Amino acid sequence: MTRHTLSVLVENKPGVLVRIAGLFSRRNFNIDSLAVGPTEHEEISRITIVVNCEEHPLEQVTKQLNKLINVLKIVELEPGATVQRELILIKVRADAESRSRVLETVKLFRARVVDVALDVITVEATGNRDKLDALIKVLEPFGIKELVQSGMVAIGRGGRSITDRALRPVERSA
Amino acid sequence: MTEQMTGRKGASGPEGTAGTHGHPAPPQSPVPSPRDLAARAPHREGARAADHSHQEAAAPVGPADHAPVGAPATAEPRAQIASAGRLRGTGAQALVYALEHVGADVVFGIPGGAVLPAYDPLLDSKAIRHILVRHEQGAGHAATGYAQATGRVGVCMATSGPGATNLVTPIADAYMDSVPIVAITGQVPTNLIGTDGFQEADISGITIPITKHNFLVTRPEDIARTIGEAFHVASTGRPGPVLVDVAKDAMQAMTEFGWPVPFDLPGYHPVTRPHARQVREAARLISEARRPVLYVGGGVIKARASAQLRELAELTGIPVVTTLMARGAFPDRHPQHMGMPGMHGTVAAVGALQKADLIVALGTRFDDRVTGKLDTFAPGALIVHADIDPAEISKNRRADVPIVGDCREVIADLVAAVRAEHEQGSRPDLGGWMAQLDSWRSTYPLGYAEPDDGTLAPQYVIERIGKIAGPEALYVAGVGQHQMWAAQFIDYEHPGTWINSGGLGTMGFAVPAAMGAKVGRPDACVWAIDGDGCFQMTNQELATCALEGIPVKIAIINNGSLGMVRQWQTLFYNERYSNTDLHPTDQPKKPTGTRVPDFVKLAEAYGCEGIRCEETAEVDKVIERAMAIDDRPVVLDFVVHKDAMVWPMVAAGTSNNDIKFARGMAPDWGGSEE
Repeated sequence: MTRHTLSVLVENKPGVLVRIAGLFSRRNFNIDSLAVGPTEHEEISRITIVVNCEEHPLEQVTKQLNKLINVLKIVELEPGATVQRELILIKVRADAESRSRVLETVKLFRARVVDVALDVITVEATGNRDKLDALIKVLEPFGIKELVQSGMVAIGRGGRSITDRALRPVERSA
Repeated sequence: MTEQMTGRKGASGPEGTAGTHGHPAPPQSPVPSPRDLAARAPHREGARAADHSHQEAAAPVGPADHAPVGAPATAEPRAQIASAGRLRGTGAQALVYALEHVGADVVFGIPGGAVLPAYDPLLDSKAIRHILVRHEQGAGHAATGYAQATGRVGVCMATSGPGATNLVTPIADAYMDSVPIVAITGQVPTNLIGTDGFQEADISGITIPITKHNFLVTRPEDIARTIGEAFHVASTGRPGPVLVDVAKDAMQAMTEFGWPVPFDLPGYHPVTRPHARQVREAARLISEARRPVLYVGGGVIKARASAQLRELAELTGIPVVTTLMARGAFPDRHPQHMGMPGMHGTVAAVGALQKADLIVALGTRFDDRVTGKLDTFAPGALIVHADIDPAEISKNRRADVPIVGDCREVIADLVAAVRAEHEQGSRPDLGGWMAQLDSWRSTYPLGYAEPDDGTLAPQYVIERIGKIAGPEALYVAGVGQHQMWAAQFIDYEHPGTWINSGGLGTMGFAVPAAMGAKVGRPDACVWAIDGDGCFQMTNQELATCALEGIPVKIAIINNGSLGMVRQWQTLFYNERYSNTDLHPTDQPKKPTGTRVPDFVKLAEAYGCEGIRCEETAEVDKVIERAMAIDDRPVVLDFVVHKDAMVWPMVAAGTSNNDIKFARGMAPDWGGSEE
């Protein structure tokens, strides 16, 4: 089993996400992470899906996704040629005794403190999965009160854009 | 399919519109009268809001851009001309207008609250015949029967909530068998969506996994375009069902509409042209194979590729097997035809696939009912797999040569590529292989034992119907033993003459599907071969058939039980017949048949001719009597032996190698070249 990152360009219409999520469950595929957002073109949304599967089921996933009428394009992003990021917000205990050590850790990971309460600080960090896992591991001993993570977003390195080419048919048929 | 739809669209130009849309003088003023407005009062707010949003959205559309040439100025008596080639009317008028222009001539449906606006302009349509069914499931299967018999898109219509959910089974059925139907449902007004309003069901959400695509339309200006898109999506590429759910207020609000409509389907590009290199590679494998088989599926019928298939088969001399969905794609009497493969296929067809060194799969999907235990299926075969749906290729069995394309184009290209191979002298001798298959065919032909108690053999009844009605008739089956016997013992010579529920296995399919087929092909003799279990699920459509003048012939193969399930209980559950006897109070001395209900009386109650037959000697006479009646539906109650079984059989989950041609009897594969 290997992790694959799929960038799925879809029409920005209601109900598209449920079609994609439904396809994964109906075809018995598991999603590790999923992130949805608008792109530079208002009629296109981009869904980044991380799946953990073999080569053959991945091909099936891609082909089945491609059949969805609202899906414009699917690109598998190779980790080596891709910038991958996730965002995490963590509420970690930081009383008078531990606060300086927590802050030191935050600094070490180039994370940011975004909120401070009496005995808790909220930390924001971005990075790839490994970095965020390491941060969580280091903060855990202080006591993590709450944690939320975005799905992974990813973009290919270099000058080319995957949305440009997907957009062409949109303009043609309008 | 594609070309045909294009043809129909082309025909709906000036000539078609003048001919089919010349409506009489408007019965009502185009502007809604105060009384109309009063009737619509509960929805006025919603309608206004939708109309307002239309005015904002309408600007970029550019009304004049898509003005049809020779637009039907008088097409919509109650719609006004808005500008050159465009009309102004309600969303419901736009809906009916779009249905007319996309070429729909028949709609099967039942009205109800949320879809009422659409039924009003439907009353005025000269081009569309609406057939009022008795249950929405009947409307859906009728649309499927119509589509299977004609190759055109079938249309069904229902109201929101229960009307829409009653369409779920036929939609799932059409999805599994790739049948182009468009289901139109009314939805509660936009302001009620999501509030659990009366008769609200999220039918677009419910049908996501069982439609090729679906739409929820809440703006009147989107209705005509969406209908055009729905027909396009349903009928092109791999065909399938499309649902259009239209909010009631969108149908009531005023809008502008015209034809043709610009499609907004940026993500939909079905591939029909096969890749030339893959075709050449397939031809090379064909020219080298010693034990090749053409494994033909329903895609060949959908692509209208039977002529091309025959040309390829005769050019190469390769034996052919036709799946349950492909019966009729290749003539049964053709010497190269080995019959149907699969769980109840012939020994020759199953053996041909199993022992092949090359399988050329055309428009088929390696269904588990064909392959048996997948990892023992055709172990020595290379696979050429041609299908219009890329996701089918290598889904179950890995393809060595994948070809994505429309079967007609693929096979035509294959013919040319194989000819080129032949010209270079590569033409294998298939004599030994054909001799092998012929020996299996003659040693293990399809057959059945006459019941020793003198009761009717169900296979005999079905065989005689096929012989007497002949290969020009259409045969529609339900699901179960009678379906398998109808697939086995009737000779199909033409595509589109065999209609059944293959993928979903929907009991109750036959009566409404036969009704739809007869509506689509009124010239043809249409027989439904049904079981008594199936028949009791949907026989309410007999009323529709009787009242609408749809004289179908229905043969109930009445064994008083859920026969196929009973067969499995006999074989795999120690003859413990749990809940498969449809008449458990019957006397033990009379193990056949049932009189509850009395199918003859039931037929008569529905305005049909009802005839019972219990004697072998009477079978031909009864069938001929049915053939002579053409002014009303006929129901034949053939009371048959209860314990007849379908053979051959590959038990579920086992290998095709372990096929039995009768109970406990395995074929001797003999000198196969493995």
